[in-house]
This record gives sequence, structure tokens and C-alpha cells, in this order.
Amino acid sequence: MSETQTGDQKGTQGAVTGAEDVSGRQASLWADAWRELRHNKLFIISATLILFLIVMAAFPQLFTTQSPRDCQLERSLQGPSADHWFGIDILGCDYYTRVIYGARVSMIIGLSVTAFAVLIALVLGSSAGYYGGLTDTLISRAVDIIFGLPTVLGAIVILSVVSNRNLFWVTLVLVVLGWPTMTRLVRSSVLSVRDSDYVNAARALGAGDLRVITRHVLPNAIAPVVVYATIYVGLIIAAEATLSFLGIGLQLPAISWGLMISQAQTRVLSEPLLLLFPGLFLSVTVLSFILMGDALRDALDPKLR
Amino acid sequence: MTAAEPEILTSARPELAAGEHLLEVDDLAVEFRTRDGVVHAVDGVSYTLDPGETLAILGESGSGKSVSAQAIMGILDMPPAFVTRGSVRYRGQDLLTMPEERRRKIRGASISMIFQDALSALNPVFPVGWQIAEMFRVHRGDSKAQARAHAIELMDRVQIPLARERVWDYPHQFSGGMRQRVMIAMALALDPDVLIADEPTTALDVTVQAQIMELLAHLQAETGMGLILITHDLGVVAQVADRVAVMYAGRIVETAPINDLYKNPAHPYTEGLIASIPRLEQKGNELTPIKGSPPNLMRVPSGCSFHPRCPYVRDNCRTDEPPLYEVHVDRRSACHYYEEVLNG
Amino acid sequence: MAEPLLSVRNLVKHFPLTQGILFKKTIGHVQAVDGVSFDLFSGETLGVVGESGCGKSTLAKLLMRLEKPTSGEALYQGEDIFSMKRGRMRELRRDIQIILQDPYTSLNPRMTVGDIVGEPYDIHPEVEPKKGRRARVQELLDVVGLDPDHINRYPHQFSGGQRQRIGIARGLALKPRILVCDEPVSALDVSVQAQVINLLERLQDEFELSYIFIAHDLSVVRHASDRVAVMYLGRIVEIGTEDEIYEHPSHPYTQALLSAVPNPDPALAQLTKRIILEGDVPSPADPPSGCRFRTRCFKAQDLCAREDPELKPRSTAHPDACHFSEEQHIVPVD
Repeated sequence: MSETQTGDQKGTQGAVTGAEDVSGRQASLWADAWRELRHNKLFIISATLILFLIVMAAFPQLFTTQSPRDCQLERSLQGPSADHWFGIDILGCDYYTRVIYGARVSMIIGLSVTAFAVLIALVLGSSAGYYGGLTDTLISRAVDIIFGLPTVLGAIVILSVVSNRNLFWVTLVLVVLGWPTMTRLVRSSVLSVRDSDYVNAARALGAGDLRVITRHVLPNAIAPVVVYATIYVGLIIAAEATLSFLGIGLQLPAISWGLMISQAQTRVLSEPLLLLFPGLFLSVTVLSFILMGDALRDALDPKLR
Repeated sequence: MTAAEPEILTSARPELAAGEHLLEVDDLAVEFRTRDGVVHAVDGVSYTLDPGETLAILGESGSGKSVSAQAIMGILDMPPAFVTRGSVRYRGQDLLTMPEERRRKIRGASISMIFQDALSALNPVFPVGWQIAEMFRVHRGDSKAQARAHAIELMDRVQIPLARERVWDYPHQFSGGMRQRVMIAMALALDPDVLIADEPTTALDVTVQAQIMELLAHLQAETGMGLILITHDLGVVAQVADRVAVMYAGRIVETAPINDLYKNPAHPYTEGLIASIPRLEQKGNELTPIKGSPPNLMRVPSGCSFHPRCPYVRDNCRTDEPPLYEVHVDRRSACHYYEEVLNG
Repeated sequence: MAEPLLSVRNLVKHFPLTQGILFKKTIGHVQAVDGVSFDLFSGETLGVVGESGCGKSTLAKLLMRLEKPTSGEALYQGEDIFSMKRGRMRELRRDIQIILQDPYTSLNPRMTVGDIVGEPYDIHPEVEPKKGRRARVQELLDVVGLDPDHINRYPHQFSGGQRQRIGIARGLALKPRILVCDEPVSALDVSVQAQVINLLERLQDEFELSYIFIAHDLSVVRHASDRVAVMYLGRIVEIGTEDEIYEHPSHPYTQALLSAVPNPDPALAQLTKRIILEGDVPSPADPPSGCRFRTRCFKAQDLCAREDPELKPRSTAHPDACHFSEEQHIVPVD
């Protein structure tokens, strides 16, 4: 039924912007998507939050004058006050400052793991999707094998043998465990675009593989990847917090929400605020990325599918 | 009706009252309210259908032909579609104002529709026989065995070979032409009065198209139902239609019996269309296309919507929307200068 | 007689059907194109008609070297295009180009019209130096009837007919000698088809092009072609001038095809000889033995199952592939 409706409307849409279209404005699909996003409440809210968090991570000094390492044991576990909005933690540090600084680690790990995973995925996924055959078989089986490993469990196993679990190692492990998911997504997106007529037309013109992939396939296959990558940042932030919470992620003296939650957990009944604040910040951060991904999906997908 | 014997599908159709048509569409208007504006898909369309008659609705994409049929069936998504005026009377009763309960009973049982793409209209996860039989189970309360027997009989009737075995096959196991026959079988299951066929053969090869059109003509003769054939193909129209309504930009621009339409069109659009198609029987020189493109349905040209493309255009064409003038007792044309077109 | 521009000899393309996850086993072949031979002469249009499954789309892909043939050759200026080295192949791409069917999918939605029509020059920079490219693209847009000022617009801002013109402009960019037109007007509205057909004819005269015009609409093919080849299940079953094929068809499939085309003139529709074929097209993965058409043929006899008829002149001057070839007039004279 929607078939026939589209049939009539296809003519409509074509005719809508036929010879009479006088708008000189930028009409690329990205520009159209942006125009739509600007009015999307979900996008505005999540983008604002994310921007906020990035600023918080890059310039924590803007939010607090105190130092997270300025810890005085005497004032341990005091409740919130005018000087210390979130109170004091067990080691005597200003909790508000520590929570603010915690954003840095989360953002760095979230963004860098996603960036590296996407980079690897673009190369491997498009090769597998475009060339098929043996290349595809090899890459896909590699993906399947690592995919079979539950992320958190795999991370635990690998990280348990690393003695100095700093930012670098945690990032590395999450990238190693994370690239398969992204790669699979890129591969399937490339597969759906690869046999398009315009790709055939480019090949018929004599375009080499590299040109076809970079100019024709990837730009049209990238949208679902953008959506998922955005959500992925949130998932990685949550993953790091989980690992740190379990004691297998970052170690003290690193400032991580996961670590804070882990320490606060034992005191949840007596000092619930110690759990609440980092937990709240963590949830809001993860949620912002997921919501942004949702907003992007609505703006990007229907136009491109 | 005994349990084992398949029933012969005839029904005692109630006689129409004097002056009443089987289906009467009057001044129907449908618009789509989208983010970018309002699309006037159908803008005041009227036609009638009587038993045993084949009415062809001819138009290109964007003419509104499919949307008007979907409005009759009541299968438009509302919103974004809105029926802004008009009536659709089936045996005198207005379908648009009827309660949904009663309308649903009519849909499928008295007025049925077949579509262009059988593959997407049929459910891929159920066997074909099950889907046809469902019509009987749901609407007539048949038992499973009775319904299956009816389904096999129907598949025979639409000339699907080896119906008894193929009743268990899935849609993807049939060829395009066979799937179309299945869809026709489902549409005919409850012996409707009116069958609406929306581009039923557009997606089929021409040799299969011939088979399907012949089947439809044969079934219509057998049942005496009214057939509305929606198409863009003048050839298909010439094959089966009694009367033709030509649509352009959401309006009907000409109605005529089929022979009159071809020999002597009364509207410039029809004339242009006929002149622009290549002929099988001779290799012509240059084709005479209609200049320009179909209009933007959000900004339909003022006056006569065809005027930007019309070779007969005069000043008043840009300002006065032409009504459907009566050219002859059964011919109408929405052109101020239809006489010129008839003679030209 | 002049030398043919393109000579296709016994072109075969079988697609393997595979089964298995890790090590794929071949369980059969889809015989998409199964021994096709024809010549294309300079300045002519060769029409190729057939229904779904006949192999005409695969033929188009083979000629554009988007697929490699299983066997057979295609000689262009004496060289087989399938055995050419990369360098020579690149040059060849300039001479043989393609126009695709669907105007809604044949243009990259993320590129401007200028980029799309100009891409051939990015790939073959020797054809047009960077300086003159923009002007040349605008010239091409003008030649196909589009406004050169729209060079920065995106495909979705154009109608179907206009998009097809963009595709044609792209096809002309490298000044080819042969254009393979794969269903160039099938996806367009009737009133727009004539515009594009006229354009293609005008371009043929202006630029001395040869066309291979692949379509399923017999009326369009007759109008556009000088000679016509009729395909069925991967083979050519009849080939001749348009007059020979349409007025004096001798193969039963051609006759059935012509009979099936609905004539818009109701008077002529009555006069057309009626031939309704039985059944469906067999699967190209499992074609019938002997003559492939025999399962639907109204003349089929035992011989047809045993012997595969060769394509050669029989009851008429033009070749056909039927043991019982007989000329029959199907299309009524006006």
C-alpha cells in the first residue's frame, strides 16, 4: 500500500524541486539533516549537555577553584556545605571537585576508544564489505571470534595481567575488544551501498577501488556508523566505569567515577551522597550520548535509506 | 453449505435502485500535510462505476490516481493524509462517514483491491493457501478444511497450475505473474462487487501482463463485478476498458468511452500523451513530447493546472479553472477550448 | 560492408551458485548469458529486447567490464576488450560508456551535479585539463537540455527526467563512440520518455554515437533502433533490422512478444494476432534441454527437446533460432 503511495509521491517529490526550485541554499543531505536537527529538542538538550561535559573535562578549573588532590584527612566524610557542595569524601578531598575532574577521564576514554575503533572499522569493514571473498571471510571470522568474548569479561581477563593499569592500557583493551562491533556495522552498511547504481557507474567510468570506496561508498554508508559511534561513546564510558568499579580498570590515584562509586558503595547506607553524585554524573553523561545518537538517527536515517 | 463440498462462488447481488450507481465518487479531495507544505494529491475528483463495467483511471505519477483509490478503500494513513471534502458512495451509502466497523466489513468483502507489487502485498511468512483461506475463516466463519477447499478452488479459478499442491507454497516460491494471480484470488475470495486494480501489471513482463489482463477480463465477465483499473499505460487501457478517466495533477481532465478517447481526444493533455508514445506498428520520426514537467503538487499552477505545458493556452487559462464541460452525452473535458482540441 | 565497430562472439556468463560457510561448494550455475554474438556498426542503434531473466542486463554489465565473462570475446577495433591490459582498458573506458536505468539511484546523492558530470575528468585527467573542466561540464549540461547554472545542485533537487539527463551528460563527458543504454527510459513517466528519447537521437546525430539500446518496451525499441536482437534465457533467438523483426518475425517467441504488447489504439488492438504463452519463464539456473523456449512454445515438438537450434537465416533473410521458423505478421498495419 505504501508502495503505490510512494509511486505517486515520488513524482510529487521529484516535481517539488523540479525546474521551478529557486532556492540557492546549500542543499546537500548533510545540510538538510543539520537543518532538521536544529529544531529537534532531543538533539539540543543532549548536545548542550555533551558540550558542557567536554568543557568540564577540558577546563575543570572553570567549575572549581579547589584541587582534587587537596585532601585533608581531618575533615573526612563531612556533609555538603557552602564551601563543599557535595561534601567531603573519605580521604578528605572535596567531592565536588573530584566529581568534576572525573569527567576528564570518562570523556578521554569514551572519545578516544570510539575514534580508534571507528578508524579500524572503516578500514577493515569497508575492505570486507567491498571486496568480499577471502578478505571478507578472514575479517569476518576474526570479528566473530572476538565478538564471542563478552566485553567486560574479556577486559577483566586481559587487564588482570597488567600491573600498571593506566589510561593507555584501559583505552587499548577497550579498543581491542570494541573494534569488531563497529567493523560489523561498517561492513553491513558498505554491503548495502556497494551494489548501488552510482557505484557501478563510477566503476564503469574507470574509477579505481580507492576512489570508489572513498568518494562513493563510504559517504553513503557512513550515516549508521555516525549514529552508532555516538551511542558507543556512552557505552564505553559506562564500560570504563564498570571496570574501574570492579577494581580492574583504572587504579588510584586516577580520578574516575567508577572508582568513586566503588569506594562509595561500602558506605551507601551511612553516606549515600557519596554514591549519588558520581552516579548521577555518570548516568547523565552516558544518557546524553545515547540520546544524541537517537536524535542523529532520526535526522540522518530516513533521508538516506 | 456442506462441510466437504466446495461452494460455487456466486452470490445473489442486490439490485441497484434506479439512478443509483454501484460506486459513486463525488468531488473527492485528499491532501497530505507535510513538514514542507500541503500536497493537494486529489483535488475534486468525481466518477461512477456500474456493475460489469471497466473504468480505467489513466494518469502518470503524481496525478493522484492511486491516492483516490486508496481513499475509497480507506487505507490511507490519516494523518498525514486528510480527506477534506467529497463523498464515496457504495450502493448509495457514503463510505467516508460510515463507522469504521461497517466500513471494514465492506472492505475486502464488497470492495477489494489488488496492487502493483504482489511480493510486498502478500505476507512472506505464511503459505499462500493459508492467506487465501484466511479470508474465508475470518469473514465467513468457515472451518479450516472448508476454507482450504475454497482456497484451492479459487487458485484453480485464477489458473494457477497444480493448485492442490501449491496451496502450501510460500509467496517467494511463485513467479511474479503467479503471485499476482494469488493476489487476485485473495481479492475475489468473498465475491466483491467492485475490484480496484492499482497498476496490476506494471511490474510484470509483457507476455505475463497479457495473461493477467486476459484473466481479469474473463473473471469480470464471469462475476459481473465492476472493475476500476488504475494505470499509466494507454495500451493496457485500450485492452480492457469501457470508459476512461484521465487524471492530471489531482484532477480529472477528461472522461470518455475508450474508442472516442483515442480517436479524438478532447483535452490537450490526453492529446499530448497519445502523440508522445512510440508506436509498435511503425518506426516514426521524432516523437512529440509534452513540454515541461508535471507540476509541484504543493504549488499547483493557477487556473488550469495544465496551462504551463499546453499548446492551446490562452489568457483565461491562467486564471479560470476549467470545470468539466459536457462535450457529449458521455464525454467530459476540463478544457475551455475543447472544441479546438477535438477539431485540431 | 564496413567493418563492425564492436564484434561480440559467443559471450558467456555463468554465475556460480554456492553453498557452504567456510569452503564454498558450487552446486550449479545461473546461465545468465549463454552464447551471445552480434556486431555493432558505426552510427547505428542496436536494440536488445527481452523479458526478465533473458540476460540483457548482464550483457550490459559485461560490455562495460563490470563483470568478467566466463568465456567469449568482444572485439573493439580488432582487440578483445576482455583480454586488455589495465592501461589499454582505461583508454577503452573512454570509448564505451553506459547510461543506467534508474534516475533515482544512478547518481550519488552526496555529490553535486557538477561533481557527478565532472567525475570522468577526475578519473581521466588527460581528456580535459583542470582549467577548462567547469566550462566543459556546463557545456555538457546545456547539451542535454539542463540549465548550466544548476551545476551546484544536488540530484534530489531534480525531477526523474532531469536526473536521467544528468546521467546522459556524464556518459557523454569522455566523448565515447559507443553508449550502452540500459533501460534508459523505463523508470520515467510516459510524457517524459519522449523527451529523453528525442534527446538521445539528437545526440547520436550530433556526436556520431553508436548505441546498444537495451529495453523491455518493444515500441520504444522499434522507434529508437536500426537493428534489433531478441533475447530469451541468455540467448539471442532472432536478430534483424527493425522492419524485419517487427513486420516479418519468424521466431515464435518474437511473435508472442509482439502479440502481447497492448496497443493503445483500440481499433488496432482488435486486429493484432493473439498469441498467449503458457506458463512462466524457466529458471536460468536450470534451462530446458534443446531449445530453451520449447516449454512455452506453441510449435514445440520432439526435435525441439533434442536439438538446440542454431541462430541462422531460415524462413527469412535474417537469422533466427527455431527449427520450425515461419514468418508471421503480427502487428497490424495502420
